[in-house]
Amino acid sequence: MVLGIWPHIRTETNINKIMYTVIATLIPGALAGVYLFGWSAIQVIAVSIVVAMGTEAAMQKLIKQKMTVFDGSAILTALLLAMTLPPGCPWWVTAFGSFFAIAIGKQIYGGLGYNPFNPALVGRVVLLIGFPLQMTTWENLHPLFSGVDVTTGATPLGDVQVARLSHKPVPDMETHQFWNMFTGNTMGSLGETSDLLLILGGLYLLYKHFITWHIPVSMIGTVVIFSGIFWLIDPAHYANPLFHVLSGGLMLGAIFMATDMVTCPNTPKGQLVFGAGCGLLTIIIRMWGGYPEGVSFAILLMNSLTPMIDRYIQPHLYGAKKGAGNK
Amino acid sequence: MMKGNKFPGGIHPFYGKEFTEGGKTETLPLPDKVVIPLSQHIGAPCKPLMTIGAMVKKGELIGETTGVIAAPIHASLSGKITNIGPSPHPGGNQILSMTIESDKKDEWIGGFEEHPDTLDIDIETIKKIIHKAGIVGLGGAAFPTHVKLNPPKTKNVHTLILNGVECEPYLTADHRLMVEQPNDVIEGLKILTRILGIKKAYIGIEDNKKDALRIMEQAVKKEGSRLVETHVVELETKYPQGGEKQLIQAILGLEVPNGGLPMDLGLVVQNVGTAAAIYEAVRYGRPLIDRIITITGRGIAQPKNLRVRIGTLVRDILSYCGGFAGEPGKVIMGGPMMGPAQYTLDVPIVKGTGGILVFPKEEVSVEESRACIRCAACIEVCPVGLLPNMLSITAEVLNFAEAKKFHPLACIECGCCSYVCPSRRPIVHQIRHIKMDMASTKKKVVMVT
Repeated sequence: MVLGIWPHIRTETNINKIMYTVIATLIPGALAGVYLFGWSAIQVIAVSIVVAMGTEAAMQKLIKQKMTVFDGSAILTALLLAMTLPPGCPWWVTAFGSFFAIAIGKQIYGGLGYNPFNPALVGRVVLLIGFPLQMTTWENLHPLFSGVDVTTGATPLGDVQVARLSHKPVPDMETHQFWNMFTGNTMGSLGETSDLLLILGGLYLLYKHFITWHIPVSMIGTVVIFSGIFWLIDPAHYANPLFHVLSGGLMLGAIFMATDMVTCPNTPKGQLVFGAGCGLLTIIIRMWGGYPEGVSFAILLMNSLTPMIDRYIQPHLYGAKKGAGNK
Repeated sequence: MMKGNKFPGGIHPFYGKEFTEGGKTETLPLPDKVVIPLSQHIGAPCKPLMTIGAMVKKGELIGETTGVIAAPIHASLSGKITNIGPSPHPGGNQILSMTIESDKKDEWIGGFEEHPDTLDIDIETIKKIIHKAGIVGLGGAAFPTHVKLNPPKTKNVHTLILNGVECEPYLTADHRLMVEQPNDVIEGLKILTRILGIKKAYIGIEDNKKDALRIMEQAVKKEGSRLVETHVVELETKYPQGGEKQLIQAILGLEVPNGGLPMDLGLVVQNVGTAAAIYEAVRYGRPLIDRIITITGRGIAQPKNLRVRIGTLVRDILSYCGGFAGEPGKVIMGGPMMGPAQYTLDVPIVKGTGGILVFPKEEVSVEESRACIRCAACIEVCPVGLLPNMLSITAEVLNFAEAKKFHPLACIECGCCSYVCPSRRPIVHQIRHIKMDMASTKKKVVMVT
């Protein structure tokens, strides 16, 4: 007979189930990238995953931790990182980002659960700073089997930044362009282009209760409100809020990165604050910063505030006087 | 019938009540021997009144209280005392116990004063009867009942809540009691309201016991004006609704002040089984020597609700239920959420035991615990608004000074946090560890009951 401690029944959800479910919900968006950008996208994803798992195994062996390479967390980090990279990212850049994400973004802090920053974003931002040329060379669409040669060009956000830096009006957007941005028929990072597929994945995570609505809604809502105010004041120099919502990594960031359990706040209220901060920083960087895109920086900056948010926003303690705080 | 409010948090595990909810309560035949622990309540253990070799009769006082928070202990069969010494207790420790071997006569000690009309006796006498009968809370916590019935004069007690929730999965003893003996519960309610001078009463029952709800509602209606204003409250099925504080929140929408007691709100909560036991003690003058328990789980050949004598060994009860079905994995005393697993079948039923649950080997899995991934599932299900993850993390590194900042004493130990944890962390036990550390440092500790 087994002794064991109560409770003697447990939910079926464990770490592996959570990780592989999130991976599964990312796959449609990743496949869209593979379809749009062909073999180069496959290479980015494959290199990222192989290096991440290798790094995780090596680090765990090095620091004599229990091996958990197959719990899905390294694969998830690698897939998320790959989805934020340009589809034509050279293999050694991808490999470096993936190694950095796992080794420095995660394992150095003690592995899964102990990392203060989203590891995939740590990897991406290091590449953004260290390899700006490779990280901003964007492939034009050349869907699988279409026979179209690989050419490069600018992303919608890149166009807006160029206009902004040269003090020209932002380019006009037609309705069909918004539609293309929503469905994914646009240039950009490998897995960030199809908002539609990312939203579908997010809805499934909501249904499974692995994320809550608080962060995505407050992050995207803040982007809409904040960019909307400036757009209403001066539509010639500030992009449409719909453009901000549909472009760049906002959807991937709001649904899959900012909601990372390990690095976001614990309580619904804290998550609302966190999401709003992410949205605000994203727009500030997009409108006035040196980078066309601000989602990665915004989330990492807010990650650093998570412990503080958790400290000040705690649940109501049963029996504590309302309004008197929990102390 | 009233509908209950919601309380925050909680879980919806597999309830497994279908094994026994329809099974009429049987009475276990006379066992060959019983082992009666001399401590079956929160508070000081009893002093043994007998020596080895003595002959006792059913209902005879064998353990005398030594403290205020204690209840006397009686022989549950007639026979010879063959041993007095430490014996396994369902809590996992060894406790001074008395072994009685049956003389097969099953004789009552007699001399009990019967009261056909329980409303005919004066209140002080009733209180004495309840104290002498050794009644404790039968819901599991086993708090001596007479203590709860003597609120300080400063507390204006006005409402009684009877707890018929039985939120632990698998257990159906309270359910069957309400279905089969509704009048005993109602008579107990009458006695309780009279003792406490209470004007209003609620009976809380979860909506997975529709028949009990209907029957109790009928019983209340039938009594009409002979009862104080009494409402049967249908509550959503959710664990840990049966926790005293959660029940108060679900019925009245009130929170017991932090560090306080239901009495501070003018409330007294009693289990339905306790109410029935009070009636039986007052009506027939007999002490508490048996109770209804549920023997259940896929590891049992014939799951049953059984009336068993206090002190009956699990081994004897299981053999009456056809023994194990297949290879047993775990034998749990009580429900799967809060019941301790047993290392021996030679452990007795005590007053606070609600059931015996057996999981077959294939239903028992042991997963290794991992690092907290801050998924916050534990925070979402915590019914008292704690941050179980922070308590768990601080306890893990033995940083008790930091742990104390997260209100460990407010924890009701329901285990919801451990239930949902995807990292399989033993959170509720880590919190107990913190509490024990706090108690051992002998600082001022406010006990949360």
